[in-house]
Amino acid sequence: MKIIEIYPIAGSFAEDKDKAKNIRLELITPILEGGEDLVLDFENVESLTQSFCHALLSELIRNYGVNVLDRISFKNCSDETKSIIEIVIDYMQ
Amino acid sequence: MKIHIPNSAFLGNINAFIKLVDFSNPEEIYITANEKWMSVHPVVLCMIASLGVKVRAESDQEKPILCEKFTATSKHYFERMRLFRFLQLNSEMDIVEHESAGRFIPITQIKDAKVLSHFIEDMIPLLHLDKQQSQSIKYIVSELVRNVLEHSASEHGAFVAAQYHAKTNTVRLGIVDTGVGIKKTISRFHIVKTDKDAIQLALTPGITGTTSKEGGTDYNAGAGLFFTKSISRINEDYFVIYSGDTLFKLLKKQKPDTGLNSDPFADRHTLEEGLPIWNGTVIGVDMTLDDNENFSALLQSIREVYTSTVRSRREKKYKKPKFI
Repeated sequence: MKIIEIYPIAGSFAEDKDKAKNIRLELITPILEGGEDLVLDFENVESLTQSFCHALLSELIRNYGVNVLDRISFKNCSDETKSIIEIVIDYMQ
Repeated sequence: MKIHIPNSAFLGNINAFIKLVDFSNPEEIYITANEKWMSVHPVVLCMIASLGVKVRAESDQEKPILCEKFTATSKHYFERMRLFRFLQLNSEMDIVEHESAGRFIPITQIKDAKVLSHFIEDMIPLLHLDKQQSQSIKYIVSELVRNVLEHSASEHGAFVAAQYHAKTNTVRLGIVDTGVGIKKTISRFHIVKTDKDAIQLALTPGITGTTSKEGGTDYNAGAGLFFTKSISRINEDYFVIYSGDTLFKLLKKQKPDTGLNSDPFADRHTLEEGLPIWNGTVIGVDMTLDDNENFSALLQSIREVYTSTVRSRREKKYKKPKFI
């Protein structure tokens, strides 16, 4: 199980969707392609935008199907972060 | 162009200011102002600054911007908000900069994502907001400025300014661009005839100017404007969007309360068409800071409407096989 820390890349307010896209393409996708599961750790991320979260997750659900969510866990999420992740995942299903 | 700065122009009465603007000659701007008192929303300053920057860049005239000398006692506010700096005019006013006490964000031009990220970091301390109060404002600025950077095709980017108003405990925010406008952006993938249609679609969840597909692209979900309008709707604040010849204004009090609506025209609002044509998009937001719903609870309310709307639209488009 690999862990990806979001804060060092995106900061306490994760809003830059170019960074989200890079996390997806450069970090998440290679782990999934390698057959491993992963944890997205949101420690110190106070909140994020829907755009950031969409750029981070939507294409994974499109490409791998909704079962990809069995392979990704979300850790240390604030209430705001949880809400946004739920919105994006709801929306993609 | 002729712009007159009146004694009052806020979101409640901004239509009167806009109706008096004359955009007929894009080569020059002539600015006049009320002689005794001027008190305006930051969105008005952003509009004037963005036009000034555009005209300076595009006009062949030697002096494309003329401004009558301001005599009103409130004239220093315009200097502090850096309007004259953007117009490249000497205001002949000496002021002491006191940003830390002022609780305002002067007009700022944002042309790329890096500047936006720095702007959001700096913005909250300048407005002296606590963590809870800052959540919605950071969210709105990020989503709306990114809309400008991605969709407006304006080489001048976004013009942003904000002001805290102590008497009403409200943050007033303006985000303006002089790009292609909402109709042209939305028309790339949706059929719209008027600016009114385009504004309605742009405020509808799941509609984006980058694709006609439900679910958007990997980069755009069509949620930014809907979320912003919904935050204003839940908090019962003004939200104004002006593009082309149309101005949509979400009104403060929603009585009877119909809850969150996916169709912006189902909210209590005013709509005015046939205004002077703004080439680009103007957005003004007021955010009352007291008795605001917790941001997380607010997101939960938005989630319900957003996902159910998108799902029902998907179901309508879903084709079943015909077995005979």
